[in-house]
Amino acid sequence: MQRYSGFGLLKHSLSHHENWQRVWRNPTPKKKYDVIIVGGGGHGLSTAYYLAKEHGITNVAVLERGHLGGGNICRNTTIVRSNYLWDESAALYEHSMKLWEGLSQDLNYNQMFSQRGCYHTCHTLQDLRTNERLVYANHLQGVDNEMVYADQLQKEIPALDCSKDARYPVLGASVQRRAGNARHDAVAWGYARAADSLGVDLIQNCEVIDLEINDGKITGVKTKDYGVIKADRVGCVVAGHSGVLAKMAGFELPLESHPLQALVSEPIKPFLDTVLMSNHVHGYMSQSDKGDLVIGAGIDGWVGYGQRGSYGIIEHTIQAIVELFPLTSRVRMNRQWGGIVDTCPDASPIISDTPVKNLFFNCGWGTGGFKGTPGSGNLFAHTLAHGKPHPVAEPFSMFRFHSGKLIDEHGAAGVAH
Amino acid sequence: MSQKNRLLTGGRIDRSKTLKFSYNGRQYQGYQGDTLASALLANGVDIVARSFKYSRPRGIVAAGAEEPNAVLQIGSTPATQVPNVRATQQELYNGLVCGATNGWPSVESDIMGLFGKIGGSMMPPGFYYKTFMFPQSMWETYEKYIRKAAGLGYAPTERDPDIYDKMNQHCDLMVVGAGPAGLAAALTAARSGARVILADEQAEFGGHLLSSREKIDGKPAMAWVDAVVEELGSYPNVTLLRRATVNGYHDQNFLTVHQQLTDHLGDRAPAGQARSRLHRVRAHWVVLATGAHERPLVFGNNDVPGCMIASAVATYINRYGVVPGSKLVLMTTNDGAYQTALDWADAGREVVAVVDTRAKADGDLVAAVRKRGIKVMSGSAVIEVQGKKRVSGVTVATIDARGERVSSNAHTLLECDTVASSGGWSPVVHLSCHTGSRPVWRDDIIGFVPGKTVQKQLVAGGVNGTYSLGKVLAEGFAAGQQAVQNLGLNSAKCKQPAVREIREGAPMALFHVPHTKPTSRAPKQFVDLQNDVTAAGIELAAREGFEAIEHVKRYTAMGFGTDQGKLGNINGMAIAAKARGKSIPETGTTVFRPNYTPITFGALAGRDAGALFDPKRYTAMHKWHVEHGAEFEDVGQWKRPWYYPKAGESMQQALNRECRAAREGVAILDATTLGKVDIQGKDAREFLGRVYSNAWAKLDVGKCRYGLMCHEDGMVFDDGVTSCLGENHFLMTTTTGGAAGVLEWLELYHQTEWPELEVYFTSVTDHWATMTLSGPNSRKLLEELVEGVDLSNDNFKFMDWREGKVAGVPARIFRISFTGELSFEVNVQANYGQYVWEKLFEQGAKYDLTPYGTETMHILRAEKGFIIVGQDTDGSMNPYDLGMSWCVGAKKPFSFIGKRGLLREDNLGKNRKQLVGLKTRDPKVVLPEGAQAVADPKQPVPMTLLGHISSSYWSETLGRSIALGFIRGGHERMGETVYYPMADGRVIEAEICSPIFFDPKGERQNV
Amino acid sequence: MLHIYCPHCGEYREEEEFHCKGQAHIPRPLDPDNCSDEEWGNYMYFRHNPKGLHHEIWYHSTGCQKFFNITRDTVTYEIKEVYKMGEQPSVAAKG
Repeated sequence: MQRYSGFGLLKHSLSHHENWQRVWRNPTPKKKYDVIIVGGGGHGLSTAYYLAKEHGITNVAVLERGHLGGGNICRNTTIVRSNYLWDESAALYEHSMKLWEGLSQDLNYNQMFSQRGCYHTCHTLQDLRTNERLVYANHLQGVDNEMVYADQLQKEIPALDCSKDARYPVLGASVQRRAGNARHDAVAWGYARAADSLGVDLIQNCEVIDLEINDGKITGVKTKDYGVIKADRVGCVVAGHSGVLAKMAGFELPLESHPLQALVSEPIKPFLDTVLMSNHVHGYMSQSDKGDLVIGAGIDGWVGYGQRGSYGIIEHTIQAIVELFPLTSRVRMNRQWGGIVDTCPDASPIISDTPVKNLFFNCGWGTGGFKGTPGSGNLFAHTLAHGKPHPVAEPFSMFRFHSGKLIDEHGAAGVAH
Repeated sequence: MSQKNRLLTGGRIDRSKTLKFSYNGRQYQGYQGDTLASALLANGVDIVARSFKYSRPRGIVAAGAEEPNAVLQIGSTPATQVPNVRATQQELYNGLVCGATNGWPSVESDIMGLFGKIGGSMMPPGFYYKTFMFPQSMWETYEKYIRKAAGLGYAPTERDPDIYDKMNQHCDLMVVGAGPAGLAAALTAARSGARVILADEQAEFGGHLLSSREKIDGKPAMAWVDAVVEELGSYPNVTLLRRATVNGYHDQNFLTVHQQLTDHLGDRAPAGQARSRLHRVRAHWVVLATGAHERPLVFGNNDVPGCMIASAVATYINRYGVVPGSKLVLMTTNDGAYQTALDWADAGREVVAVVDTRAKADGDLVAAVRKRGIKVMSGSAVIEVQGKKRVSGVTVATIDARGERVSSNAHTLLECDTVASSGGWSPVVHLSCHTGSRPVWRDDIIGFVPGKTVQKQLVAGGVNGTYSLGKVLAEGFAAGQQAVQNLGLNSAKCKQPAVREIREGAPMALFHVPHTKPTSRAPKQFVDLQNDVTAAGIELAAREGFEAIEHVKRYTAMGFGTDQGKLGNINGMAIAAKARGKSIPETGTTVFRPNYTPITFGALAGRDAGALFDPKRYTAMHKWHVEHGAEFEDVGQWKRPWYYPKAGESMQQALNRECRAAREGVAILDATTLGKVDIQGKDAREFLGRVYSNAWAKLDVGKCRYGLMCHEDGMVFDDGVTSCLGENHFLMTTTTGGAAGVLEWLELYHQTEWPELEVYFTSVTDHWATMTLSGPNSRKLLEELVEGVDLSNDNFKFMDWREGKVAGVPARIFRISFTGELSFEVNVQANYGQYVWEKLFEQGAKYDLTPYGTETMHILRAEKGFIIVGQDTDGSMNPYDLGMSWCVGAKKPFSFIGKRGLLREDNLGKNRKQLVGLKTRDPKVVLPEGAQAVADPKQPVPMTLLGHISSSYWSETLGRSIALGFIRGGHERMGETVYYPMADGRVIEAEICSPIFFDPKGERQNV
Repeated sequence: MLHIYCPHCGEYREEEEFHCKGQAHIPRPLDPDNCSDEEWGNYMYFRHNPKGLHHEIWYHSTGCQKFFNITRDTVTYEIKEVYKMGEQPSVAAKG
């Protein structure tokens, strides 16, 4: 792999950037792989990378229906945090956070991971209690998180309206200072480039149209353009389309795929150097290095695969943003878009074996998949390599929906994003 | 140099109305009818921006929504700043203050431009992915400097003084765009009696006819427009929206139309007026007549001020009477752009040459140009522009028929100050894409047109790739007729006006003018001006393996600007396709998303901001609470009294006083906000038994019972007291926040699962004012005001209810208690609430009747170990976890909601987190709510957490702190010690105990 | 934003008046106590989640407060039909 550096840039500028290598090959798929990963989004690519890097399994193909990193990895609001309530979740997301913290160098690709902090504002006494509980738990789980109250918060985020006459005055916030943003495309491309350099075949425009299952065991996948490709183990990491693949395998998942919208403003001079989320008034926002206000909207209540949601949600979201940041009233919204998120009833993901032997699913990340990308891939790679889940991933089995051992982050963590 | 580029006559401006404005601190003049852009050009202002990445000087390129460069800051006061205004769409008004958004010390001479020149070669697409990562921790330092260069304009620093309107509209036909096609469609539908909305982004209707010199029926085209607009205006079934951009087209023909109401008057709306109005339109049918944008050509240094698109040059001349230069070179791939040369020449300025990339050009306009003696250079292309802050000349080379190679020598150098270019037209397919429809490439028109859609949508004119005026009009009328027919109306007659057909030669598909040097070494050839994306950048992206069009866009940032790539996207896609040796449709399309042009947050929020963000709900006694100094707590939408501090009292002192009153005398709570559902029907009792976890079969009339509600998973989600008002009549109370959800829950199960049960639910929360008297003196006080009810313990037992009068007002009195004290809950019609409340205080003065709020209520109930759903539960606690097995009717014949869920493997485990009481070792220390218990505070992190504190208070009654919380297996661990580590290193030690701290036998409520 | 015909009100109203309650035609088991944990888990949580036609329950929450069914395409968002509770769809989704 051609190493990237400032020096390299200088060198290549002298030759007019004519000699940069391809970031990844465009291989023709082999007849058989040790592991096939269906889905070349962020989680799929990171799974492939860690399979090769940490488990030495390089006879791996990632089959992607469209182009690499074209799913939710390029449609999210790029928030990274690990301050989840339950021990299982905190362990999962903190596992991911630790990987984020060294990722640019690990991949030799600048992820622009900026630990500018993430605030969850509290607008009611119950909001405060919920966040205080979270902070106490995180403190003992080894996850940084702290409370700040209105006066201090006003100093830390001057543009936030902390006045007492707001409809739902900001009483305080929990803040994880190690949280922040990363550059979404860089995550996908960085993992793809690194996985490719370790020998993983990244196959784009390769749609899986069926799974080859014999005697309850998966033996390969059927593709639209390349016929059957055999594999010892198959991992499905297709987010919103998980239900479609599960159906091919003959089972259902405790999932629904919903539209989730986001939007950006026109670029304006930076005034918000952190991430702010408000569960109570339903809005969250950060500002990119280009100056765009990046705003997450709510999830639509119905199943939708159209990568667009209802307009009403955009209005409600903007109302919340104007309520929180009155100075944005004259800023313009540039563009909105939608992704398809696969949501679990307990707002926690599934990293699991399935009723089909050697077939594994990693899905259900809902609105929170971006932050989980490194951890998800890392743990799923372990699961695929060993045929059984990593201890951190173990609680996230799809069978918890039978036993009742849910990891319900809805009521507990407040914001599920 | 006042308006040196202004013509003495012509255009749609009013030269008698001079308007003053300032740009970058300098004063200028323009005329009524100008846009800010036309006024700047009239005054010879060349540079309006510095480019984002390379800080190159940039000038005005276009005349409409597609403008990428002229993005300015407008505003004369801190509160009325408007960032990122496209000067081409901003009407000039007197006193307008504006400035460029970047450049230091000024946009004219920007220091950063120097860095751009030197560092530019180090900044290919994606350069930031390849560096700034050694060490990773330094990124945030680099980022600080990167952010200094971020953004275009700035947000106001004070609160927006303006208001924004919304209006819901319904119509038979929504016509988007009031050019010739849109007007024709609207006219046809209007005459047929359809309800029509016609919207256009410009101040005047007419579309491209506003700047055209074509004739309709032998008269100037605008005469036809004026007649049509006048006729449309006369129909009551037609709504005409000017300055109204259809910015979003959503599913099932829902469109949002952003109408600017006052931006042409000033940076602040006149008093009493809304700054804009957002029309939310639901249309039976839609005609898209959104026209087309001209594509600029991509050639070396094509960003130097003076490079413009050809149609924009014509627009400035014909519509605004402004010639944006002296000596023009026009480069074109098609006949249409020749008109610009004619317009320029007619304006009395020099056309140096028309450079036509086609080997042969022979249409009517070409002939007209030749006839004027203007030099036409066929089979040639401008490959490079000279000049820094303004075009000074161009290099022309011959080009092959496929547009792939230019001659390496025998170049012609032409002196000029303006380069107009035209690469053909791109239909404005944006809106048609918003609902997920993919545009379709057409080779014959060299552009994308709207693709298949499930919306009730028709297209006409430029958006359909139809450009000659006669055909555009024909399509407009046809679309109107089709819409009328689809609506089931009788189509009225419309005579097609006569237009002289202009014969045009075939255009050439050319998206990138090659240079003699390879693209990577040629002068920069810009594709997306706002984001500094070059042809070399796109080719590099393809070389590096970013092959999908989405990859290219993202890697180079093409199309991500505020113009959303209206000018550059098609060229960029074509260059990317060519780099891969594929066709444009093979490479794929790019999908446009709302908004078509950006709109303010204020407009989207409308009136639902500030005071109207969310309704406030007040109880009937709210005024009294305010007058008596209550502090309020938000619970759902309700404002509930939290506590009532007296002068000089701290919160804790007030709570202590309120608690003492309730335990020793009499106190009163406004409990109105609890949800109330009136339930009637012969199966009401059966229904209650199914939705509550406990038994309801034997509750007699006149009795009340506490109930728990679970979801199917067995987890508690609401609770409350339900009273039997009659054999088939119950009154259910719910939590304040849960009221709406519970009602929906009841309806869900009734309507979807058990429709055979005869039962009816009515929310009566707002019908009743509820006041809870609590304390040993509550009976004495109430007795003085009650009529028709014997309050004695023998005749009115705990958990009974009676009907009577209180203070002369019909009332329901419930003897229920959330405090553990003797307690009566008085319900009267809400209208009488304040009256009865005040009567109680009049009468209660001698008992020192004390109002208490939610905080004291919380303390008193915690002393009794009563849970608050939502505070002590979070959706993961079942009745057993809460120690409420007494509230589970396991033997009920019907498997109530939650029963099966309770029996799942994980719910049966002993080691679940269970509700217990906790007493701190030091009784003075109050545990913080949320604190987490551990068995061993010295264990390494991550520790094993046993459970959290859900409620914790100072109990004035007990003279010590108390807490409710969860401990794994806690019910079996009474008396054990657990530890609560604090963030500051302290550890609070506490003993597990019963959650009932006070009056464990419950005697006080039974007296 | 969907435009929904409420079969109880007899008119089209904006989506903002409604909310979706998920997959339709999942009857509560008549004898829950005899369901296995797996069967009960399937009833509560496991869904078709189809890409294509979907039968779903909607609630006219700020209108008549009635529940009804919609058959809708989850890709194009077209509403194919609405029908009352207890009725069967005429347009059948697969699976």
